[in-house]
Amino acid sequence: MSDDLSVGVDLVDIAEVARSVKRFGDRYLRRVFTEHEIACCQGPPEVAAAALAARFAAKEATLKVLAPEDARPDWRSIEVVRLPTGACKLRLRGAAARLAVQRGLGPFALSMTHEAGLAAAVVVSGSAPGVGERPTMEAPRG
Amino acid sequence: MREQIRAVIAEHARLSTPIDQLGDDGDLFAAGMTSHASVNVMLALEDAFDVEFPEALLRKSTFETVSSIEAALFELTVSV
Repeated sequence: MSDDLSVGVDLVDIAEVARSVKRFGDRYLRRVFTEHEIACCQGPPEVAAAALAARFAAKEATLKVLAPEDARPDWRSIEVVRLPTGACKLRLRGAAARLAVQRGLGPFALSMTHEAGLAAAVVVSGSAPGVGERPTMEAPRG
Repeated sequence: MREQIRAVIAEHARLSTPIDQLGDDGDLFAAGMTSHASVNVMLALEDAFDVEFPEALLRKSTFETVSSIEAALFELTVSV
């Protein structure tokens, strides 16, 4: 594996996400998040909004790593999967997965946090020296 | 159409520079619109114009300016 790494970071205002849920409801949730993510973000509105905001930050941080030059992959093609241990991993599908393969990116590491009204995520990926030289990234099962 | 687009931006883009101080080609992201706010703008535009943005139009450049949004909406409304 190359020593090259790609990193993306994003910060999201939790109150913004709460406002989106209140204003657009299910349409917002289902446009941006997968069924699994929605199921993982249940609870009182402020708790759910913090979890959703962290996931949105993870998607945007991943997009910064993938760096699409044309149409951006659907937000739902970048999924935060919660494992039985409670740890969270990224799973890419569709256009996001194809872009990762084209760019020779992977595997991906994810870290998320929220505090004081803000949620943040950092995504780090291995990066091959030549585009497409790596076959694909490991996708977690879950 | 432009005034309706500007009204949606004023309500949902949460710009640090007021929309009435931006021209039609002013960069909304440079004016403070975050990626998350652009989702709200997209959903509100769908409500206002009764359209749905397909994945092919989900690019930063689509939501970059009033003019680019107008061009995307024109494309969507004439293709319905």
